[in-house]
Amino acid sequence: MALDSKIPDGPIADKWTKYKFGLKLVNPSNKRKYDIIVVGTGLAGAAAAASLAELGYNVKAFTYHDSPRRAHSIAAQGGINAAKNYQNDGDSVYRLFYDTVKGGDYRAREANVHRLAEVSVSIIDQCVAQGVPFAREYGGLLSNRSFGGTQVSRTFYARGQTGQQLLLGAYSAMSRQVAAGKVKLYTRTEMLDLVVEDGKARGIVTRNLITGKIESHSGHAVLLCTGGYGNVFYLSTNAMACNVTAAWRAHKKGAYFGNPCFTQIHPTCIPVSGEYQSKLTLMSESLRNDGRIWVPKKAGDTRPPADIPEDERDYFLERKYPSFGNLVPRDVASRNAKYVCDEGRGVGSSKLAVYMDFADAIKRDSQKTIEARYGNLFEMYEKITGEDPYTSPMRIYPAVHYTMGGLWVDYNLMTTVKGLYALGEANFSDHGANRLGASALMQGLADGYFVIPYTLGDYLATIGHQDKISADHPAFKESEAVVTERINKLLSINGKFTVDEIHRKLGLVIWDYCGMSRSAEGLTKAKKMVQELKHQFWTDVKVVGTNEELNITLEKALRVADFIELGELMIDDALNRNESCGGHFREESEVDGEAKRDDENYAYVAAWEYTGENQPENLHKEHLTFEYAKPSQRSYK
Amino acid sequence: MNLNLHIWRQKNKDTKGKMVSYQVNDINEEMSFLEMLDVLNEDLLRKGDDPVAFDHDCREGICGACSMVINGRPHGPTRTTTCQLHMRFFNSGDNVYIEPWRAGSFPVLKDLTVDRSAFDRIIQAGGFVSVNTGSAPDANEIPIGKEIADEAFNSATCIGCGACVAACKNASASLFVSAKISQLAMLPQGAAERKRRAESMIAQMDAEGFGACTNTGACAAECPKSIDLANIAQMNREFIGAKLTSELV
Repeated sequence: MALDSKIPDGPIADKWTKYKFGLKLVNPSNKRKYDIIVVGTGLAGAAAAASLAELGYNVKAFTYHDSPRRAHSIAAQGGINAAKNYQNDGDSVYRLFYDTVKGGDYRAREANVHRLAEVSVSIIDQCVAQGVPFAREYGGLLSNRSFGGTQVSRTFYARGQTGQQLLLGAYSAMSRQVAAGKVKLYTRTEMLDLVVEDGKARGIVTRNLITGKIESHSGHAVLLCTGGYGNVFYLSTNAMACNVTAAWRAHKKGAYFGNPCFTQIHPTCIPVSGEYQSKLTLMSESLRNDGRIWVPKKAGDTRPPADIPEDERDYFLERKYPSFGNLVPRDVASRNAKYVCDEGRGVGSSKLAVYMDFADAIKRDSQKTIEARYGNLFEMYEKITGEDPYTSPMRIYPAVHYTMGGLWVDYNLMTTVKGLYALGEANFSDHGANRLGASALMQGLADGYFVIPYTLGDYLATIGHQDKISADHPAFKESEAVVTERINKLLSINGKFTVDEIHRKLGLVIWDYCGMSRSAEGLTKAKKMVQELKHQFWTDVKVVGTNEELNITLEKALRVADFIELGELMIDDALNRNESCGGHFREESEVDGEAKRDDENYAYVAAWEYTGENQPENLHKEHLTFEYAKPSQRSYK
Repeated sequence: MNLNLHIWRQKNKDTKGKMVSYQVNDINEEMSFLEMLDVLNEDLLRKGDDPVAFDHDCREGICGACSMVINGRPHGPTRTTTCQLHMRFFNSGDNVYIEPWRAGSFPVLKDLTVDRSAFDRIIQAGGFVSVNTGSAPDANEIPIGKEIADEAFNSATCIGCGACVAACKNASASLFVSAKISQLAMLPQGAAERKRRAESMIAQMDAEGFGACTNTGACAAECPKSIDLANIAQMNREFIGAKLTSELV
């Protein structure tokens, strides 16, 4: 199938406005005849469920959590961008668009990004009206800060817990629709398959996580708002349950997967302290505004930081990038931390960490000032590590944080399966090869509040309300049987390795070979290792208990099985893309140790088509053109 | 360190549970409490035994999923969520008693996992501002003084974990409910539905079977997000005001 991105014609600033006018509408009295399935209730899912229900559609919303309010959007700390230009500092929709395309290292679609920047302003209005308590100035107006190295202050924030406040806003809007009877909420229910019949998404098959019951739900359209796949690395800043299963099941039913190798590694996380580690904790990157990053000049220097004199320290970011210093983009900061650790200059017991030192900032601005800026982060660091960052430097190391890749979608957010949509982090569309800080929340809410309510109507009006099959249809029964068989198979293996053991091994392989730095040689080796792990998993994994109960091991096993397959596709994608761009660094494509993008050969979205069990996937290319944001090589020196 | 764990095991909602003792060895003090339980669960799995089920997700203290009573205190000896409790607060040889939230309105689903959907239903009863997507005025058209915004924020930081209910001898949900009522009562956006909200949410709280508040303050003392007891006073004020001039008939 050829990819049709459906990007409208015309000047970039008019595309969305004109396109909306051209979209078909569903008559208000007919909206109640349509059933929409929303999987996932984070920012994208809750926003979409609430907005569609307000319009009059019948929404069924699914979450594997005990409550929609637990979705991982809640953990976002920093803020949300919007081109309000409240600060009179030269921001505009066009500048936010331009920064996002450039920040994405020219691998995002211009039209989508411009639309994102346009609707960003309405998001802030909507959230404030819901009662989201953004930071304010004494005069009562909203406060902004500059975030992630941008030149303008366009980030709205709610202390260090912006994601929490935005999610609770969307959750409350959805709760209102639950009370109104327009949203039916299914908690502790996990989607395990997508049902496609006559080329259209018809519904999903789910497992009730308390009783194990396998159930079918049919609808006119299915929206996947299921987040990213960072947990393929086992250790990441994602919550424990974040997984790729919904997206991966859809992929196997015909939805192409876009740019799976584009993953973002965040430079400032608390380092791994031991084998038992279950997840990593992010420290907001705002810390880099005042923290100086360094390691000892000498490899194997085990002296405590205070005993290392100034001239024996290497402030490596300041040395290599004098004009940006410690504020270089996430991928550059991460990669350089890896390099110094590879040279044996890492610190702490694991030697996989670098110092982030606030001594100079405290001397310059006083401890009180630093406390006002970062108090809660310093406290969190101390709680986890037992060390006081006011008196000794923090130890930090990069960790996987976000996945730019995801299901390929057109301008309507529809995947290559008709009637199946992907919103938020689950799609690939807006961040290219690298996401800017404070843009994830913006995208999730943009898709849910302001894009899907328009584009979905066009599809529904086209198919008509009678174009739906019931949950008793053989297509559903077939899917239920496949899911049941898969569960029975997992329960019957009774091997030697726990699910976590295999997941941990998978994570290490992906981290070592498809993480901060990638090479053809390493990737080829990794592919074989992942295939071996897949074999090990399906012949020697140990899953105890039964399906008909709350079974935490079975839940994990179903997710890890899909992570293994995704891991292999990530490797294929990284192998195919022989250029360095954004978060994807190929060792073969560099100049003086810096990333070298290859616009001539790789200015495309790689969209992968599933072709069958253990078959190589087909690569489809969506060529990207840049009419407005002209590609330039990034330089931070 | 080595620990003697005593954990509530209950197969499902309909069966009786009991405390079961386990020994865990070589626990590192850097581990979080949940990572210590991961170690136990891996041991149980290797032996073919059923691992202990507990709710958890972000492990950063913000999602509010974790919910265990440790040695008689919700979330354990420090004022954090369970996921942010680290093993350096324990000593080798300690006996550690781990139970689920205890409240009639939070039925146990399995082991340490309870059903907190009552909280969702209370929010559905009125914990929102009725504003449809797209109909909001410009954000800066609603100025809110910093002091009020900060105060509303303090109430908004509730993570919905339910420790307040678990801490209360009456299993009252007053701290949770009052935090939302206060947040929206303080803000101009919430003004239009202020009375209706207070009445509906409190009616739902009662319908869910949560106990009455006797102002012991145990909830605020255990709240990992330091939600202030003053929220309950504000809720009572809102409730009386609403009842005297009720719009609901």
